Amino acid sequence: MDAIDLLIVVARVVVVFALLLVVTLLNVWLERKIVADMQNRIGPDRAGPFGILQTLADGMKLFFKEQVTPRKVELGVYLMAPFLAVIPALLTFMVVPWGRPIEIAGRVVPLQGTDLNIGLLFILAMSSVAVYAVVMAGWSSGSKYPLLGGVRATAQAISYEAAMGLSMVAVVMFTATAGDGGTLSLAEIVARQQGSWGDALGIPALGWVPRWNLFPELVAFGIFLIAAIAETNRAPFDLVEAEQELVGGFHTEYSGIRFAMFFLAEYINIFTMSAIAVTLFLGGWNGPTWEGTVPAVISAILPTVWFLLKTYVIIFVFFWIRATLPRLRYDQLMQLGWKRLIPGAFVWLILSTVVIGIRQFGWPWT
Amino acid sequence: MVELILFVITAVAALAGAVTVVTARNPVHSAMGLFGTLFSLAVIYVVNLAHLVAAVQVIVYAGAVMTLFLFVIMLIGVDKAEDTSEHLPRQRILVGVLGTALGLVVAALVVSGRFVWVPAAVGDVEIPNGTVQAVAEPLFTTWILAFEVTALLLTIAAAGAIALAYFKRGLIREEHE
Repeated sequence: MDAIDLLIVVARVVVVFALLLVVTLLNVWLERKIVADMQNRIGPDRAGPFGILQTLADGMKLFFKEQVTPRKVELGVYLMAPFLAVIPALLTFMVVPWGRPIEIAGRVVPLQGTDLNIGLLFILAMSSVAVYAVVMAGWSSGSKYPLLGGVRATAQAISYEAAMGLSMVAVVMFTATAGDGGTLSLAEIVARQQGSWGDALGIPALGWVPRWNLFPELVAFGIFLIAAIAETNRAPFDLVEAEQELVGGFHTEYSGIRFAMFFLAEYINIFTMSAIAVTLFLGGWNGPTWEGTVPAVISAILPTVWFLLKTYVIIFVFFWIRATLPRLRYDQLMQLGWKRLIPGAFVWLILSTVVIGIRQFGWPWT
Repeated sequence: MVELILFVITAVAALAGAVTVVTARNPVHSAMGLFGTLFSLAVIYVVNLAHLVAAVQVIVYAGAVMTLFLFVIMLIGVDKAEDTSEHLPRQRILVGVLGTALGLVVAALVVSGRFVWVPAAVGDVEIPNGTVQAVAEPLFTTWILAFEVTALLLTIAAAGAIALAYFKRGLIREEHE
């Protein structure tokens, strides 16, 4: 580990931070534009071409606005909560690989914050820490609506984390059959989705189907996506914020840059969740790079392009669902979580285990 | 050196959290102190290269258990005045004596030189196959029976808790829709 290696590590971290901030600027605008289109409105169109600089303008406005601090807040916790929201949001993306490792001057640089051998568990750990921000903000505001939002957030996070974890287990078990032993490292999970199902199964007719976990783990993907929407507190699971009932939920009493931090964390979380879905189910950065027929620079950049493209497809689904579905009632939310998703995930896990076992060891009676 | 710095920071944070748990007037502050302690412990595990233990610590304790604590505290109301009368007689004297004894033992260990600083990771230590495999292998081969029995026990406990809450003197409480 010399100075250049250290610099590369710092650069990787800085690049991930920059990427997250830029895509957030883009995503807020994109959501407003997409939802506007779906509702026959025009949406932001004043700042810059197609209004693309609208988020930047809003961000600057929030930065210079007065930060109102209500009299009944618990000041320490109240001030800490926005930071506690942003930090896990930024950290979670650190383990997601966003491009093929590139070679610069003899050094192989993985395009990933860091590759942990507990990558998936790290994601679960960070998402369970993230809920503290909402709970602390809700409680410390010293007002009724934020407290209700905070209480809802805890219950929702606990309920849907279980379903999300179980759908991840199915992927991990399936990945174990694609290589030598199981792994929780996201870089390894992506690497094992290379190639096509035709080669993997020995059926030439399926040569065009990429070897993504999506096809064998379709149900797990559905459960993961629903749980991801609930974990990021997006509509139709946005009971934590629920403008019509709770004003703004946990962030009612926040204003100015403190509110902006909650907003930033929410949009980073959407991007991260989509990126994780892509990594686990859609083959991460895998895609055709046309090695040799195009310049080396282009085939080095192409994996990142594929990754972003797939991520934006999922993000579009997030926005699409938000514009389409009305908010669930609280008891419906709990019923869906505990009576549908968790048992469903269990059944799928057992089914998928049985299939993996038969493929690995043959039928039990032979 | 990095290890020592990290240890000092996290150890101080863990102790500060632990003191908060006991001294805080507000139960929410106590819960947050406990969260701080549990999270600091996780960082110490990471410093010792026990990545899996650290992740489990954060997911299970700092994540699930503490979130549940906070949920319960908020649900039963945080504004109620707490009952501060002590039920255990003479517990302060007892704690004082035990605390002094513990302090003496630690001091004796330090003075006698048996308390040595053992660096966990010297240089770039390669972790063979990662710690996940190291834990999974014995857990699902040697100790599989104990593992399954524990799982069964937890299921029985959960079912028992629900049964205690829902069935009273042969009456089945109606489910509220």
